[in-house]
Amino acid sequence: MRNFVLAGLFAGAMALPAAADYTIIAPANPGGGWDQTARTMQTVMQEEGISRSAQVQNVPGAGGTIGLAQFASQNRGNPDALIVGGYVMVGAILTNNSPVSLADVTPIARLTGEYEAIVVPAASPIESIDGLIEQLKADPGSVSWAGGSAGGTDHIAVGLIAKAAGVDPTTINYIAYSGGGEALAAILGNQVTAGISSLGEFEAQIQAGTLRLLATSAPEPIEGVDATTLKEAGLDVVLENWRMVAAAPDLTDEQKAKISADIEAMVTSENWQKQLADKGWADTYLAGAEFDAQLESDIAATEAVLRDIGLVK
Amino acid sequence: MDAYTFLLQGLATASEPAMLLYALIGVTLGTAVGVLPGIGPALTVALLLPVTYRLDPAGSLIMFAGIYYGGMYGGSTTSILLNTPGESASIITALEGNKMARKGRGGPALATAAIGSFIAGLIATLLLAFLAPSIVKIALVFGPREYFALMVLAFVTVSAAFGDSALRGLTSLFLGLALACIGIDQLTGQARLSFGVPDLLDGIEVTTMAVAMFAVGEALFIAGQRVRQDDEVTAVKGSVWMSLQDWRRSWKPWLRGTAIGFPIGAMPAGGAEIGTFLSYAAEKKLTKHPEEFGNGAIEGVAGPEAANNASAAGTLVPLLTLGLPTSATAAIMLAGFQQFGLQPGPLLFATNPTLVWGLIASLLIANAMLLVLNLPLIGLWVKLLTIPRHWLYAGILLFATLGTIGANPSSFELGMLLAFGVLGYVMRLFGYPIAPIVVGLILGPMAEQQLRRALSISQGDWTTLLQSPIAAVLLGLAALAFIVPLILRARGKGEVLSQMAADED
Repeated sequence: MRNFVLAGLFAGAMALPAAADYTIIAPANPGGGWDQTARTMQTVMQEEGISRSAQVQNVPGAGGTIGLAQFASQNRGNPDALIVGGYVMVGAILTNNSPVSLADVTPIARLTGEYEAIVVPAASPIESIDGLIEQLKADPGSVSWAGGSAGGTDHIAVGLIAKAAGVDPTTINYIAYSGGGEALAAILGNQVTAGISSLGEFEAQIQAGTLRLLATSAPEPIEGVDATTLKEAGLDVVLENWRMVAAAPDLTDEQKAKISADIEAMVTSENWQKQLADKGWADTYLAGAEFDAQLESDIAATEAVLRDIGLVK
Repeated sequence: MDAYTFLLQGLATASEPAMLLYALIGVTLGTAVGVLPGIGPALTVALLLPVTYRLDPAGSLIMFAGIYYGGMYGGSTTSILLNTPGESASIITALEGNKMARKGRGGPALATAAIGSFIAGLIATLLLAFLAPSIVKIALVFGPREYFALMVLAFVTVSAAFGDSALRGLTSLFLGLALACIGIDQLTGQARLSFGVPDLLDGIEVTTMAVAMFAVGEALFIAGQRVRQDDEVTAVKGSVWMSLQDWRRSWKPWLRGTAIGFPIGAMPAGGAEIGTFLSYAAEKKLTKHPEEFGNGAIEGVAGPEAANNASAAGTLVPLLTLGLPTSATAAIMLAGFQQFGLQPGPLLFATNPTLVWGLIASLLIANAMLLVLNLPLIGLWVKLLTIPRHWLYAGILLFATLGTIGANPSSFELGMLLAFGVLGYVMRLFGYPIAPIVVGLILGPMAEQQLRRALSISQGDWTTLLQSPIAAVLLGLAALAFIVPLILRARGKGEVLSQMAADED
């Protein structure tokens, strides 16, 4: 059946030679961060003339691992195929025991990133990150944290915070929601003690004064954001929820260089910078050997904390 | 300037001829793409969003609103005509709508859906415009325990509303609940019942299941009948338009559907499906023609269709006031707003009134345009039903398969479609209703997650479920809805028994 579909796609590609340029896989449903990243790439690549006709295809499921597995098996050596991914995928590969990992594709570059923010409802008696940590130390179960999916960036961040504070990470009371939006509703409705998600998810509420920002997971205070970092509060936690683009496995060095050059042209275009500013994403472009090294250290750190929380055995 | 001035200004801008043209293009594109099964409103908007980038903000917004409402509406057309729900919110529409279509009343079914959608959209958009900030405050009171209580109420009322045999309905419902357990457990991230198959990790896709049960199962059933009943399907009987009686029977369900759909859509974890379930259950309870339910009752189309459109507008409440996208469609709309540097959230109404009111005015215009486009098309749509049966069902199978692959390109998904199609056939053969299995698949995970979240927050204290007044009232209603019919039935039986005893004398 798969061959049949492939044959169909192939026939389609033959019939429309002009359309056979980059195909970007968004391994998630329309509307999420990866989908938006893929669609932004599509727009910029077309407008900048990097790709005559880029296509976005959604292959949702299991934290991106379904899309990743399909991408790796169907595009071996295909220089026109790209996939969007990110930090969440690193965790999902581990928790789902995914047979395919990021080692089975060709990571090209990190594109954007957001730091985590820890918030409480405006009506909460907790005034500072120290207050929250005190309560966490006294009774870990009494602090309910609302955040995104289990094993995702938000959950990992809570595990790291507990560990840094000397609290057993298996005792944390993490309430997983399907996304930042649903979690936000629970925080605003005073249903939970604290909330954790990407800063951008909370920004409008923080400005309106309905949420109190306690701390961020940035390495240094972020310009224009009135909050301490976890590091300043004495917790050695720095975490960035990044998004990346990868190419197919088994590419020649020339093919990889060509894709890397195309991505660099895209990232340095004014158009891309404008799109990032509109969407509130930070430009954290990182490529080549530096990106490979960062990816490796992130995977190792994530595996360690997922073991500590008990999600990976 | 106050709200009215902004709204009037927005309406004035949106009624310029060029803008009306954009609205018409948006609605047409939205409906056309929305009609394809497997392509729900979310994907429709995602696919067509880039089209709007080239226009100025006003033109872009209005085309966008057209695509949104058009995509929402497109799904019900296939539900009614082909028994192939394009998205989960129009599953219930297929129940009565397709029965009506097969009796030659496809015209009135489509008309009541279109007019009901229009009226619900109109009322809900106005509610959104003037009451959004207060509605969202109420919606936020709903936490895990309140949602759980709402799900319990939905279970009790809905399972009572399906089929004639409670046992068969419940069997089907529990089958759905069991299938709902498949996939990664949201709260712990662990895989359940996936047997190492990666495609099962995200559970069973509701639209795949619905299309399999309704369309594929139905096609197999038709093919399996020994006696050809070609004459039974009448394409068009009587008028294509709604009769006076249709109007009389539709207007109350429209209003009730709106009243049920809008607040549930406005809740951050409400979802459009629950509104349609509750509306269907309510119409079945209140109808004066209970014998028609299951055989094509117009109320069963009018109510749920109004409910799903009202909840589409309801979804915009948390989006505009909190910046909270509560559905995939809303998340894409958020991306649409961001192209104007517009950040939905609590400050939006204050910082960007022109654009917000422009959007609301656009929604009103798009809603009207949808009616203008769809009413004349009904005559054309029902012609579909004059296609000979074996061709029509072959077409439906092709359509269902394409839609499934389109939404999720994997051979496993296709296998599931066929397997559930066979299950749907077997269930039909033995007289089990198929709607409860889909309802179980949708409501099961919601109820389970909310219950476990509530217990996790209370650290295992079950009394938390009754400590919230809203949850307690909802659970009380559910208990009443469950017990009262039992008592009535027991008393009824008692009377019959004593009468029989008396007769023997």
